[in-house]
Amino acid sequence: MSEVIVVTSGKGGVGKTTTSASIAMGLARRGHKVVVIDFDVGLRNLDLIMGCERRVVYDFVNVINGECTLKQALIKDKRQDNLSILAASQTRDKDALTRDGVERVLGELRADFDYIVCDSPAGIEKGAFLAMYFADRAIVVVNPEVSSVRDSDRILGLLASKTRRAETGEGKVREHLLLTRYSPRRVADGDMLSLKDVEDILGIPVLGVIPESEEVLQSSNSGNPVILDAESPAGQAYDDAVARLLGEDRPLRFMEAERKGLLKRLFGG
Amino acid sequence: MGLLDLFRSKQKNTASLAKQRLQIIIAQGRAERGGPDYLPMLKRELLEVIRKYVHVDPDAVEVSLATEGDHEVLEMNVILPERQGAGDP
Repeated sequence: MSEVIVVTSGKGGVGKTTTSASIAMGLARRGHKVVVIDFDVGLRNLDLIMGCERRVVYDFVNVINGECTLKQALIKDKRQDNLSILAASQTRDKDALTRDGVERVLGELRADFDYIVCDSPAGIEKGAFLAMYFADRAIVVVNPEVSSVRDSDRILGLLASKTRRAETGEGKVREHLLLTRYSPRRVADGDMLSLKDVEDILGIPVLGVIPESEEVLQSSNSGNPVILDAESPAGQAYDDAVARLLGEDRPLRFMEAERKGLLKRLFGG
Repeated sequence: MGLLDLFRSKQKNTASLAKQRLQIIIAQGRAERGGPDYLPMLKRELLEVIRKYVHVDPDAVEVSLATEGDHEVLEMNVILPERQGAGDP
C-alpha cells in the first residue's frame, strides 16, 4: 500500500524543498521505494537540492502531456537507487498541471513506489492545490514566526476541505507539524515562538524540530540533502523525523540552548 | 545572564506577544472558514439596510451560522445604539 505525502506550508522560503529532499532520502535509506515530485511548475528547484539538475531531460508536465513515458522522466538518485526524482517543468503555462493528469501519474507511481513525496509550491494556487489534493498525509513546514504560522493555519483549513480525502469522506489527511529554523537560544531569550507555542496555536502533532544550522546551506550548495550529513544537528533531526514518520518513538533533540562559555556569560552576546 | 546584561534594560518578551496576536487572528480565521462564502457579503448588505434606519457601528452587527442537529441556524445579532438616532431615518 503506497502513501502520498505532501510537504506544504503556504509561505515561501520556510524549507519545503529542503524537507522534501531529506524526507524522501531518509525514507529511501530505510529501504522503501520512494519518488519525490516537484510541483513548483515554472520554478524548478528540487533537482538542484537533490543534485541532479544536469540529468533532467523530461519533466512532470511532459509526462502529463504524453510527450514521454513516466520511466523516461524519472531520474534515479545516484546515491540511493530506490529513490527517484520527477522534476518540475520550467514552462510558464500556469495550466500545465491538470487534476486528471496528476491523478493519472500518481496512480501509475503508486504501482511502483511505497512513498510518493510531493514538494508543494508556496501559495494557495493551483500548484499547491494539486500537490495536496491526493495526499494521504501532510507535512506542514513551519518557521517559528508569525506570518509562517498564520499561513500554515490556512493550509490546515485547505487540507481539511479541499483534498480528495475531505471530499470523499475517506477520513482526514494525517497532518504533521515540522518546525524548521528553530533556535533554542532565541526561544530562551523570549524572542522566538517556542515549539509549545506553535503546537498550542496550530493544534497538530509534531513530527520534528529542525534547528537552524549552517549545514543546511552547505548541503544545498553541494546538492546533497542535509539528512546525508550525519554530523549536523539538522541532518540528525531530519533522520529522527523520518523515524517518527514510520511510527518510531524518538525523543526530540537539539531543544536546549547551548551553554555559553565563561567569557560570553560575563560579557553577554 | 551576562554581567553586562545587568546594566542593559530588560528586553520585552516579543514571543509571547506574537503568540497572543496569532491566537486572536487564527481563531477569527477559523470562525470564518467554517461558514459559507456568502456570509461576509450578507453581513455587509444587512448592515447597509439597517443603517438606512438606525446608525449602528459596523462591529454592532454579528451574523453567524450554526449547525443544530440536521438543520442550520442563521443567527443575526444587532446591537442598537442607546435611543438617539433610532427611529428617524
